[in-house]
Formats: sequence, structure tokens, C-alpha cells
Amino acid sequence: MTANTESPRARRLLIGIGLAFLGIFLLLPLVSVFAEALEKGFAAYFAGIAEPDAIAAIRLTLLVAAISVPVNIVFGVAAAWAITKFDFPGKSLLITLIDLPFSVSPVVSGLIFVLLFGAHGWIGPWLQEHDIQIVFAVPGIVLATIFVTFPFVARELIPLMTEQGRDDEEAALSLGASGWQTFWHVTLPNIRWGLLYGVLLCNARAMGEFGAVSVVSGHIRGLTNTMPLHVEILYNEYNFVAAFAVASLLALLALATLVLKSLLEWRFNYHHGGTGH
Amino acid sequence: MKSRTFFLVAAGALLLGACDSGARKPAGGTEILNVSYDPTRELYRDINAAFIRQWKADTGKDLTINMSHGGSGKQARAVIDGLSADVVTLALAYDVDEIAARSDVLSKSWQQRLPNNSAPYTSTIVFLVRAGNPKGIKDWNDLVKPGISVITPNPKTSGGARWNFLAAWAYGRKAGGSDAAAQDYVTNLYRHVPVLDSGARGSTTTFVERGIGDVLLSWENEAHLAQKELGAGKFDIVIPSISILAEPSVALLDGNVKKHGTAEVAEAYLQFLYTPEAQDLIGKNFYRPRDAQAAAKYAAVFPKLNLVTIDDAFGGWSSAQGKYFSDGGVFDQIFAKIKR
Repeated sequence: MTANTESPRARRLLIGIGLAFLGIFLLLPLVSVFAEALEKGFAAYFAGIAEPDAIAAIRLTLLVAAISVPVNIVFGVAAAWAITKFDFPGKSLLITLIDLPFSVSPVVSGLIFVLLFGAHGWIGPWLQEHDIQIVFAVPGIVLATIFVTFPFVARELIPLMTEQGRDDEEAALSLGASGWQTFWHVTLPNIRWGLLYGVLLCNARAMGEFGAVSVVSGHIRGLTNTMPLHVEILYNEYNFVAAFAVASLLALLALATLVLKSLLEWRFNYHHGGTGH
Repeated sequence: MKSRTFFLVAAGALLLGACDSGARKPAGGTEILNVSYDPTRELYRDINAAFIRQWKADTGKDLTINMSHGGSGKQARAVIDGLSADVVTLALAYDVDEIAARSDVLSKSWQQRLPNNSAPYTSTIVFLVRAGNPKGIKDWNDLVKPGISVITPNPKTSGGARWNFLAAWAYGRKAGGSDAAAQDYVTNLYRHVPVLDSGARGSTTTFVERGIGDVLLSWENEAHLAQKELGAGKFDIVIPSISILAEPSVALLDGNVKKHGTAEVAEAYLQFLYTPEAQDLIGKNFYRPRDAQAAAKYAAVFPKLNLVTIDDAFGGWSSAQGKYFSDGGVFDQIFAKIKR
């Protein structure tokens, strides 16, 4: 840490700007979501959430997260493992590809799937012949969500595993452990907190994704609307209380994610310092 | 072991997902999907409830009608790309024509299969202004006065916006006597538009909720609905001297109903739109009914005005679409000119 050269006044000013910024851009919108949701009291709030289409949207969102998060855990761990523990040609290309969903606009991510699986897409005609519906149905929503969330776990693990190096694994292997044993007993325990952290972020994005999902959803009420899409629909129907009630659930999810993330960070650092890794 | 539990959970979740997506068809009863445009949400909520009741009474079968709403062009695109609708109820015939032209689920002669050009209700384009009409807007020429801000969606994606554009064109042509004069007028009009939303409902929200603009070019039904939903006394409706007869079209998607086995119910659903019961709901939801009796009942809501039709004034939709809204067409030229 370098010595602090700013005057106390400059420091106060910087802190003030930071806090004001947070207040205006984070706290105020958050408060307004809950204020709008509760504008007509708790009864209207719960009515907005308990409505069948809202419940269908919540169920679909949970389902999509329940599929896309595990898939991304498997992919993320495998990719991070391959990238950090082995040297192979095309490694930097793989790292770049993992980042692709971050740099592509979600709308494009959605359109990719329409172009692939739509009625006039590459595989579309074959799918239609076999009566398989991918886009404008749940599978398309799941695919789009997996695509936009797939960097989260891998991106979280790669720096961590690079930092940890290969020493532990090499020691285990030299003591006669098999590859799987090394992974389960050495690597996985080492990365579990980082993994959980990545899973949390992945989950938050999976539940909150709007753009890509909007393109492939077809917007059928009660069938292919996720929570973010349902919020937009309710808002467009002048049903502001219900729109903000469902939005407040998403906001609560974000808050829960933040709390868990802080807990993990605290635990992670503690663990880190404690064992001297 | 922990990791094994984890894998079991993950595998379980995957399986659950697979089952759920496979089980989209409901356990009992038939299900049809109506893919519609933005402002019809409230209309079809009423119509669907009435039709489901009648279908149950006639056949004893349960029916679920699923709805999808969005900008008309966007919805047509989704159907072309494989959104498996049984019927479409879109903002204009052109979007239905596109489905017929670009996919094999709809016969090209769809417009002749139902009465009134396959449009069971009509509407027109009117102005919605703030309460008391503070800027004194009475007709189209008031929209291009200095300091007036006009809200209308993007004609490239919104059906309503295309009707708006053509209504303005019809005025410009009548006032100036030529298409050149009309283009000048419309160019001038779009100079007064601060935001182009992608759908009619988006524009309404921009105007009524976000408080942007002095006048909203709006579907007549959408203007009445905004007045009703957001409290009387906040907005006034202004009927211009001339506007366009908008005929939102409905069609049965032969290919899809055949696949779903829903031809009979989907056909009955569209026929139902022409019955006195549905025509009354149509009037109640601020669409102009075709049925004379319903039209008489709601006559006070729908003032008579000079309405041009797309066929007479613009030679039909495919000609109008090609000339005004295709890539490089008149709208693109106008838009390029006013982009500063």
C-alpha cells in the first residue's frame, strides 16, 4: 500500500462522491422498487405475486436456473481445470471463447439460437419434422440462459486455480492417487469457496437475464415468460403494483446474492490467510 | 460423499427440466395459442373468457387460450421463425401476408376466408393530448408547429406506427395536393418525434407514464384505454379531420392447427369474433365493431370522421409496404434526412 498523499478534504470529497453515486444509482432505485410494489398495501403486493401467470413465471425462472447453473458448474470446472492444470495448443483461444458471452450483446446471443433452431434456421426444418420445439419454448430459454451465463464459473475459478498452482496435484499424483481422486480430494476442496462464489453470480444472472431470453421466448403467458419478461408485460399492461411486486422478488434475490457473496468473501479470505495458501 | 450428492442433485435437476419441457401439453382439454399485437391484451382477455365459456357449453370440452403480445411485425417474425401459433390476430394485413409468403403454415388466400377482409373489428388513428389540450392541438397541421413534441413508435417494427405514418401521409396529400407535399409534411412531422419505441404500447407508456411529448399518435382503442386505465381527466382525445381506416387482421394458421389437431376449435374461435356477443366486447374495448347493432350501441364513443382506406389511398398493403417501409424506402429516406 502506498502512503496516502491526498489531503483530508480531498479524501472526504471522494468518499462523498462515491456515497452519493451509490445512493442515487443503487439505493434509490432499490427503495423505489419496493415503494411502488407496496403502494397499494401488502394485499395487492401478494395478489400480484400469487397470480397464476406470475407463479408460472417464477416456476419457469427457477427451472431455468436449476438446469443452467449445474450445467455451467460442470463446464466451468472442466474448463478451468483444463486451462490451469495442463498446457495444450489453443489454450488462449479457449480462454477468449469463454469470455465471448460477456462481450456479445444478449440480443445477438438470442438471435443465434433463432438462426440455428428457428423454423428457417440451420437445424430448424429437421427439428420441425421430428416435432421438436426449441426456440419459443422452454429448451430455447434454457439454451440462451446457459450461453449468457457460461463465463461466470470458469472466470471465477481460473485466477484462483492459477494462483494455487499445480503443486498439490503433482504431490497427490506422485503419491499414487488417480486423476479422479486428485480432483475430488485435492482440487475440489481447494476451490470450493471460489466455486460457490461463481455459482452465486451465475445463478443471479440466470434468473435475471432479459435480452437473450426475450428473443427466444415467444412471450406466451404462463408458458414461456420468465420473471424479467413477466415484469415487462405487467408494466405494459398498466399493472404497476404487480410489475413492481415481481420486480421486488428479483431485487430480493439480488440482495440475498450480495449477502451470501459477502459472507463467502469473508469466509474465503479467512480461510486463505489461515492456512497460508 | 458430498460430491456424489451434488451430482445426484444436478442430474435430478436436468431430468426435471427435460420432463417439464416435454410435458408442455396440458393434461386435460385443448390448448390454442393466439399470437397478437400489443394493444389487444385487454380485448382478448374478455373475448377469450367468453369463447371458453361458449366452447364448454357447445362441446363440453375445456379450452385454454394462450396469448402472446408484442409489436405486430416482431410477432409475425416470431411465427415465421417457428412460434407455433394456432391463430394470429395482428395489426395489419401485411404482417399476415408476410407469414403466408415466408412460411408454409398459411395459405396465401387467407384474407378471403373470413368476412370483412378477415378483419372482425376496425380502428383508426387519433391524437391523445394532455388534459385540457394545453398546446391547442386540433388537427394534423398543429403537430408540426414549433415546440410541439410528437410520440409515435417505429414503423419498421410496429403496425400501429405504420398506420400513423400513412394517416399523416393521407393528411399531407390532401392538404398539399400531392405526394411530394405529403412527404414534406411527414418529414416535418418526424422532426418533432423525440423517441421511436418499438411497439404501440411502448409509445403509450412513454407518453402517459414517463410524461414525454405533447401528443401521442395512437390507436383509437389504445387512447381510450389509456384514459380509462390511468384515470379520467388526465388526457383528452382529439379527433383529426382525416385519418385512416385500420383493419387489424386475423388468420388461422393451417399448418400449425393441423399439427396440433386444433383446426376445429381455432376456426370456431375466429368465427366467434363476428358474433354479436364478441362484437359487443369489441365495442366495449374501444375497437370499432363491424356488427351494425354493436356499432349503434357504441356510436357515441366513435365519432364519424373522414377515413381513407389502405386499398384506395395506397393501393393495398404490399404496395404501401414496399414503397414506404422497405429498406431504403420512403421512411428510411425521411429518417436519414432528419438524422442530424
